[in-house]
Amino acid sequence: MENLISIFVKSIFVDNMIFAYFLGMCSYLAVSKTVKTSAGLGIAVIFVLGITVPVNYLINEFLLGPGALSWLSPELADMDLSFLTFIMFIAVIASMVQLVEMIVEKFSPTLYNSLGIFLPLIAVNCAILGGSLFMQEREYASLGEATVFGLGSGVGWFLAIVGIAAIREKLKYSNVPAPLRGLGITFIITGLMGIAFMTFMGIKL
Amino acid sequence: MSVKIESEPLFSAKNLKLITDPINKNNPITVLVLGICSALAVTVKLEPAVVMSISVIAVLVLANVITSLLRNTIPARIRIIVQLVIIASLVILVDEVLKAFAYDVSKQLSVFVGLIITNCIIMGRLEAFALGNKPWASSLDGLGNGIGYGIILVIVAFFRELLGSGTLWNLRVIPESFYIKNGGFYENNGLFILPPMALILVGIIIWIQRSRTRELIENE
Repeated sequence: MENLISIFVKSIFVDNMIFAYFLGMCSYLAVSKTVKTSAGLGIAVIFVLGITVPVNYLINEFLLGPGALSWLSPELADMDLSFLTFIMFIAVIASMVQLVEMIVEKFSPTLYNSLGIFLPLIAVNCAILGGSLFMQEREYASLGEATVFGLGSGVGWFLAIVGIAAIREKLKYSNVPAPLRGLGITFIITGLMGIAFMTFMGIKL
Repeated sequence: MSVKIESEPLFSAKNLKLITDPINKNNPITVLVLGICSALAVTVKLEPAVVMSISVIAVLVLANVITSLLRNTIPARIRIIVQLVIIASLVILVDEVLKAFAYDVSKQLSVFVGLIITNCIIMGRLEAFALGNKPWASSLDGLGNGIGYGIILVIVAFFRELLGSGTLWNLRVIPESFYIKNGGFYENNGLFILPPMALILVGIIIWIQRSRTRELIENE
């Protein structure tokens, strides 16, 4: 249990998807103009990461990794399909996103209306594929750990995009040098936020 | 307009513009904001940045050509998934080649090679250019955009490695004897090794570029 909490907190603050790895920057920069839409996108990212990371964990564990196929028959024990990782993961992500979209549309039209336009975008958000690839690289020990890692990364991304959106809303009233307006100043502010987040780096759990 | 389209020279002015435009006026990173995701994390040192740029250029050019060759046979409704499959297969190839011939760099790049798949530059160019143009023009477009992306990566990596570690391409630039620990006066700026500095450097590059090319300035 303590282990899970530590993974959760670490993936939110220390290994923040945006400030430490720059993942999902494209939509982070494009959608962060207002707090409301960025919160919508952030929630969609938490949702999709929380689903795709555990699914990809199972696929990695029982299909792709070295010796993963041994549950089928002992002869397959030295099969290693890990070169198929990328194409499997991206296929899973694309189909999960499609599936989630259909389920949400059926059961919660209000949620669909607020998330709807963002869900298809998310299939090509690097934070999602990045989450799965980091999960594979760090070799989490159980399904629980992988799920918690996925959720934590999503929450970290959510915090980052809502934070920058709030700052950008206020920024409208300030006098930024003309060439820095828009994109430039957003980069610099993200950098400064990253420095602030780095104070969490010393945390030992 | 003349009817002789086929006799257009391979490097006509129009084709050359496909390469030069993305380097400054339509730069994928600083103007179109594409492909930042996997870009910045590999810029701590010059070597991984260059390897990453070459990988992206290779994938981009090949994906553009393949998509352009298939453009009349891909049904519009499933084109995204077709593009993803093309890109993912090319990235797997690049990853295997890196693992075979540049193992150390491939370890340093870790997940970021895989993330070329979701690099929006590639999807963006496939959608915007390769689906509607001939293979040769598409390959030039891919090359131009890849170079535009690579240049930013290399500039950022140059400053981060020089100021953060005092080396370039792992060769010492600032002599050992300058350092305080050896009785000198100099100390590396550790901040440049940390991720936030990459963002701030890109911000500064955008600032410089936009003050030189004033039509890029955004009015809000």
